[in-house]
Amino acid sequence: METPVSFDYASAPESRAIVSIKPKYGHFIAGKFVAGSKHFPTINPATEEVLSHIALAGKAEVDAAVKAARKAYTTTWSKMSGKERGKYLFRIARIMQERAREFAVLETLDNGKPIRESRDVDIPLAAAHFFYHAGWADKLEFAGLGTSTKPHGVAGQIIPWNFPLLMLAWKVAPALATGNTVVLKPAESTSLTALLFAEVCQQAELPAGVVNIVTGDGSTGALIVNHPGIDKIAFTGSTEVGKIIARAVASTPKSVTLELGGKAANIIFDDAAIDEAVEGIVNGIFFNQGHVCCAGSRLILQENVADEVLEKLKVRMAKIRIGDPMDKNTDVGAINSKEQLAKIIELTAAGDAEGAQRWSAPCELPSKGFWFAPTIFTGVTQAHRIAREEIFGPVLSVLTFRTPQEGIDKANNTPFGLSAGVWSEKGSRILWATQQLRAGVVWANTFNKFDPTSPFGGYKESGWGREGGRHGLSAYLKGVGHE
Amino acid sequence: MSFYGLVDGTDTSLKNYLGSLSGVDQVGADARAAMLATRSIKTTSKRWAIDMAISMVDLTTLEGADTVGKVQALCTKAVRPDPTDLTVPSVGAVCVYNDMVATARKHLDLVGGQHVGVAAVSTAFPSGRASMPVKLRDTRDALDAGASEIDMVIDRGAFLSGHYIDVFNEIVAIKELCGTRAHLKVIFETGELVTYDNVRKASFLAMAAGADFIKTSTGKIAPAATAPVVLVMLEAVRDFYSMTQQRIGVKPAGGIRNTKDAIKQLVLVNETAGPEWLTPSLFRIGASALLNDLLMQRMKMDTGYYASPAYVTID
Repeated sequence: METPVSFDYASAPESRAIVSIKPKYGHFIAGKFVAGSKHFPTINPATEEVLSHIALAGKAEVDAAVKAARKAYTTTWSKMSGKERGKYLFRIARIMQERAREFAVLETLDNGKPIRESRDVDIPLAAAHFFYHAGWADKLEFAGLGTSTKPHGVAGQIIPWNFPLLMLAWKVAPALATGNTVVLKPAESTSLTALLFAEVCQQAELPAGVVNIVTGDGSTGALIVNHPGIDKIAFTGSTEVGKIIARAVASTPKSVTLELGGKAANIIFDDAAIDEAVEGIVNGIFFNQGHVCCAGSRLILQENVADEVLEKLKVRMAKIRIGDPMDKNTDVGAINSKEQLAKIIELTAAGDAEGAQRWSAPCELPSKGFWFAPTIFTGVTQAHRIAREEIFGPVLSVLTFRTPQEGIDKANNTPFGLSAGVWSEKGSRILWATQQLRAGVVWANTFNKFDPTSPFGGYKESGWGREGGRHGLSAYLKGVGHE
Repeated sequence: MSFYGLVDGTDTSLKNYLGSLSGVDQVGADARAAMLATRSIKTTSKRWAIDMAISMVDLTTLEGADTVGKVQALCTKAVRPDPTDLTVPSVGAVCVYNDMVATARKHLDLVGGQHVGVAAVSTAFPSGRASMPVKLRDTRDALDAGASEIDMVIDRGAFLSGHYIDVFNEIVAIKELCGTRAHLKVIFETGELVTYDNVRKASFLAMAAGADFIKTSTGKIAPAATAPVVLVMLEAVRDFYSMTQQRIGVKPAGGIRNTKDAIKQLVLVNETAGPEWLTPSLFRIGASALLNDLLMQRMKMDTGYYASPAYVTID
């Protein structure tokens, strides 16, 4: 074998042989796959290859799904003991682990995220959510939520495209553990792993109708939200759609949880461990191409270390490996859709127009598919659009502060409040800062860490309610506390 | 001495210099090292890494039972690691105790290994517990016997009790003795310094005092060259370069026994200090068993089969 002259990593692609994608999919209703009427294509955003055709659910399909969920709730699921429900959840969790590679490959093909992340983050965490909630199913009386709680009934769940299977797990696992049945709609651009999950439900012999999956676009979502047969709505997505849902259910008895947008502050104090803070900045905004509602999209830097941090950040960003998501060495993959790429381009152009300075990591982008180089904007102030609006892409806005209080004030000066990060080697400063921050999740000396035991959710326009942990259970129960 | 203008040789200036370093967050450093360990190095890049790793090995024997015969055998292997395949590069150096330096140098020259260095462990290796005159004499002996590299240990007792200036002065004195005759590698014994903050501090201390290389361990204490420790040291040489425009080398030693481990080290170098450090003059791996695994993996890449260990020499 010839020895090359430098250490360029040879391509190390994960094999896609493990997945078999059908040319066309239907819906999963009452334990069976049923044919759809209208279809739309789903593509691999890294290559623009059409992977399959997804059914668009209309009124008839949503009605059928809600009816199946209601029947399963009344006849089976609400009568089953928590212990028995738990067994199904454990079984689903184990099957997800057994089929983890299949899920990871399919997720990467359909979503564009690097295989390293779907393999090491999305799929293991999704399985962990089922394991965690399986354990709660027969212990709900001991969750500190009172002893007379009851499930809502049928939950309508609408999930986004950034973590397709993981968001499904966040929704389905607590719903089932607490005794609800579900009608779930995956995002239109990323339905494939939800449909594979439907197969897992069959494999686990989950009673028919406990989980129903209908695919489609926003119109299907609206049918679910407005369906009179649904008792609870759980939505993860944009604040814009979240507001529409809040209005739609305002005059109904439906209960709602919303997990919406964010514009998280990642605050670096001058006494931070700089190298690890730089890693945290990169992980905060470039993880999953920045398609993360809790992404650390505003870097708030103490001015006396700003130059040093930015210099190190640029050196580090130049090492980010962007490209084929199926390559095991890829760090940043493809933007999920043409529409999302257009939105990123539009907002970054606004950054240029408003006088912020753009710097992008030097990298070659593939010619096909949707791509955006990891980018930072310096010279950003609170008055810039890129400091206020969620870009939902690999774009970081850098602001500076002089005193700790000013840093906190800037961090909180946003209509959002999903997450925040604090970096300091001083314990007292971390405790002080985390108490001041108006955000549902605050990370200290780390970022984008998730665990099923930890409640996740937003302040202000970032959402209503929590998912995960004991708090997350209460969202799927009525009669909590003093009711 | 100028110490790169970073310190003036006084206790106060050294304390200020070390005090200005940012801390290391252990969880974050561990996570970064673990992430880099997932890199998948295959085909041509694996072949490149194997040859580079071979040329970076400091082939080591540091046993009480070392004899002239053992050292001679090691030297022959160092020059031609695989006698059946002369495309295999020589290793970087052989590393021995100081009484074996003359033997090693003589034998290397005899077998055509003029390009292979002799590294002598020094300053009362491995514990470093001896008086300064003894440490100086130890080093002078090795230099006189023909050592081209001195692997000194720091006084961990002085470091852990906060007497940084004593550690600094010892390095300065040994460096002065080495002059232009030998490269100086400074061993921290990171398994005894324990915290990454200490590793970072020791790295900057040693570099300012004149180290040409900073080295993790003696190989006598575990843990030794763990990935996060090497990461922290690589970050230190990278930062020191941006401060002084001087590239200091790094040598992990201890616990790197197979090709996979060695390649992980090269990935750390590539993505932390940068590709400029991917040369035997700036990165060495202290090892003994590693070399044979590299050779077997190399054969496997050429033939497609794992050879029996009988096909690699045991010295």
